[in-house]
Amino acid sequence: MPEPNGRHNEGNSSPRLASLTLVPHAADRLTAKDFKSDQEVRWCPGCGDYAIVAAFQAFLPELEVPRENVVVISGIGCSSRLPYYVDSYGLHSIHGRAPAIATGLASSRPDLSVWVITGDGDALSIGGNHLIHALRRNVNIKILLFNNRIYGLTKGQYSPTSEQGKITKSTPFGSLDHPFNPVSLALGADASFVARTIDSDRRHLTSVLRAAADHRGAAFIEIYQNCPIFNDDAFAPLKEPAASAERLIRLEHGEPVRFGPGASRGLRFGSHGQLEPVDVAGADPGTLIAHDAHRDDPSYAFALSRLDTADFAHIPVGVFRQVTQSSYDELMADQIAAARRHSGPGDLAALLAGNDTWEVH
Amino acid sequence: MTKQVQTLDHVIIRFAGDSGDGMQLAGDRFTQETAAFGNDLSTLPNFPAEIRAPAGTLPGVSSFQLHFADHDILTPGDAPDVLIAMNPAALRANISDLPRGGDLIVNTDEFTKRNLTKVGYAANPLEDGSLEQYHVHAVPITSMTVKALESFDITRKDAERAKNMFALGMLSWLYDRPAEGTLGFLKAKFSGRPEIMQANVAAFQAGWNFGETTEAFSVRYEVKPATLAPGSYRNISGNTALAYGLVTASQLSGLPLFLGSYPITPASDILHELARHKRFGVRTFQAEDEIAAVGAALGAAFGGSLAVTSTSGPGMLLKAETIGLAVSVELPLIVCDIQRAGPSTGMPTKTEQADLLQAMFGRNGESPVPIVAAASPADCFSAVIEAARIAVKYRTPVILLSDGYLANGSEPWRIPEIASLPDLASEFAFATPGADAGAFQPFLRDPATLARPWAIPGTPGLEHRIGGIEKADVTGEISYDPDNHDRMVRLRQAKIDGIAADIAPLRVDDPDGSARVLVIGWGSTYGSIGAAVRRVRNGGHPVAHAHLRYLNPFPPNLGEVLRRYDKVLLPEINLGQLALLLRGRFLVDVISYNRVRGLPFRAAELAGVIEDVIGHA
Repeated sequence: MPEPNGRHNEGNSSPRLASLTLVPHAADRLTAKDFKSDQEVRWCPGCGDYAIVAAFQAFLPELEVPRENVVVISGIGCSSRLPYYVDSYGLHSIHGRAPAIATGLASSRPDLSVWVITGDGDALSIGGNHLIHALRRNVNIKILLFNNRIYGLTKGQYSPTSEQGKITKSTPFGSLDHPFNPVSLALGADASFVARTIDSDRRHLTSVLRAAADHRGAAFIEIYQNCPIFNDDAFAPLKEPAASAERLIRLEHGEPVRFGPGASRGLRFGSHGQLEPVDVAGADPGTLIAHDAHRDDPSYAFALSRLDTADFAHIPVGVFRQVTQSSYDELMADQIAAARRHSGPGDLAALLAGNDTWEVH
Repeated sequence: MTKQVQTLDHVIIRFAGDSGDGMQLAGDRFTQETAAFGNDLSTLPNFPAEIRAPAGTLPGVSSFQLHFADHDILTPGDAPDVLIAMNPAALRANISDLPRGGDLIVNTDEFTKRNLTKVGYAANPLEDGSLEQYHVHAVPITSMTVKALESFDITRKDAERAKNMFALGMLSWLYDRPAEGTLGFLKAKFSGRPEIMQANVAAFQAGWNFGETTEAFSVRYEVKPATLAPGSYRNISGNTALAYGLVTASQLSGLPLFLGSYPITPASDILHELARHKRFGVRTFQAEDEIAAVGAALGAAFGGSLAVTSTSGPGMLLKAETIGLAVSVELPLIVCDIQRAGPSTGMPTKTEQADLLQAMFGRNGESPVPIVAAASPADCFSAVIEAARIAVKYRTPVILLSDGYLANGSEPWRIPEIASLPDLASEFAFATPGADAGAFQPFLRDPATLARPWAIPGTPGLEHRIGGIEKADVTGEISYDPDNHDRMVRLRQAKIDGIAADIAPLRVDDPDGSARVLVIGWGSTYGSIGAAVRRVRNGGHPVAHAHLRYLNPFPPNLGEVLRRYDKVLLPEINLGQLALLLRGRFLVDVISYNRVRGLPFRAAELAGVIEDVIGHA
């Protein structure tokens, strides 16, 4: 294993974010500027990606890890250009495969902070298989899915998150596909960390990034992202300040769930395990739920994810689920360590000879 | 009773039975006994892809052929001298390969009316005289096994299952094989089930004793140990040798080994073998699919691992896009293609050499990839170390071609001294933080090798971004400049072409230099062609033989070698893939000989082809 330049955590007592326990500590405090590459950003004017990359670059110094220990891996699509704009190690790979490539890197190099940048087409169409398997294995990678509900780079075909009936170049009579709910999908894959946020709410976006970095294992973040060219205002109902306060269900672990006008609405379980929005006034306070992201059983988080409606009447954002499980790289390293404890390090000459040899003189 | 002992210089035995009869195990144990005895040997397991085809049917027949000799041999043999048929299906499927006068040992218990009907025998061949041209040894193997195990507290089914050990014991006596290895193997294999272990040992001994006392065998045979180069030997299969070669390359290079793989016949044993060697720091990743397997390997390569993916032809198709990315980002990656009969699913357990053009060209754009092909089971060890050397030195994916015959076949292997192996650590270095200030240039090439720096994450000052989009020469920035693309396409090609100066020239075996015909081959046909060439020479005809280990780039002297001979004959287990390349590259009118039966060539068949070509030269 290439050692990370001999710099580990020894002698540094500041609390570390959970995903970074094996990553060296930065000698110096970095700034957003340190993570800006010299590359000209080539997204369309007004693209939501600008806000996301700015928030990401501003957040990275909080990791307190050296710049060279941050790796950003992407697939193909507009969002997947992001690694070029972050001054660290980056790999702009092929369509849909970033989670697989990141799995190989993260499981062989636990001293790195590995981020995957992907989009709704990249992660949910061509790369759907890799996404669910990276999540169920709990590889220590942070997956940022920029969901603009459209194919941008190929100029405007519908995506697996486009609403049914979407009129696009490839569906002039309306799309026939029923869309994925990315959060439901991730929860169905038993992801240990699942969150949703919005490109335009930098404070919320940053808080979710922080929570993801503080999670050892796979973290999945859906980011609602506006494509001004091919699907403008897809999330408009959530973006006006007044409307968003009412429509967004901001999930805070341990806090009662409140939304709607004047925080007048809450959630309770219905008779079939589903969650129902109710008026707080008049409801039995004992039945109103407080958010618990740490529930081991993902059914509750899944029920939260099913509150989405096509008209954005109420949309949960924040951390749906965050449970502690062993991460894949740790388990892999543990098996190697256990084998060496049990039988000592490998002896190549003994391996090649095996047990059935004969001598020719 | 003292039996006559007859000395032979070689024997070819074929064990044949139902898939559930344990023929592969019996064959494997006989092979280990033979190896321990010191014969040279070569094996050909041949089994159906179905795990358990319906019992007693022709599709369910599984066989294992072993050729052993008191001299060095190159192939598992064309036709058996001895056929062991455990049931009518095995007899029917194999009898046409047994030459007149061959020994036929049959398990008479299974020759029931029902079993005979199942495979279309109207009459019992043991009784109708149709086997008169063979030496038939009729042995009620099943019932004698069950009788020998009467005193054991096991089910009748378990007792019957030990019949392969009875047969093995009988054959071990007949050919004077040492039994200690098999007894030790049974003790270890069934250590948790002492009754079963003792029953198998008893069945083996009963078979041995039967051979000694029965009149069914009037002669016992001996095949003296072979004279091999001095050293310590073991028997090894191609897939095991390949897995050991990868562990060795990891140790020699100092790079941790990462294997990304998805189970596929006949490559899975590489994954199985490497998964056992965690003490060497080996990381094995059974991915969700072939694409993720190679993707994870490429990710590990980016991080500084010796990265490998193993597969067979259908998996190669799925990996093509990622191999192309590895060509573009110029990272080391070893891709092991254990070829099998295609197209599509084809015949998963049968061998073929028909992935050569896929390895050569199976990607979009100009994407040259070095190709190394192993020639024999044991050669998989050094071939994959050479693939690793080229990968790390030139920062390129390298395709290692093996096939089903090499993967499952085995032969004696002289265990190498560690000190004699290539020093891979001296072939490459990770990029280190530059002393000179200025931006890191991820595509500034080494002038000698044209390799770009291997700058792994965690190295301060070398932060950089790479990807599948065309990069500007030197800086590695995204570039759509027409002239830059032309330059980069040529640089990537020149890097691979340049490897020709760093590999061994093609060696020609032309003992007295008088041959006018050259037989050239590549990969697993080495043994068949070599054996055929010996036959032709023994018949008084000079013929030259050369075997290609490097398919891309070719050795630098290949063109000169091809032009040196009046005729060039190229046998391939495909329809002429290397022939296409040689004709295109060297304008030499190569004569192709092609059979695609899922099996290795027979030496006698090739000898006839060579003699025909010589006759017309």
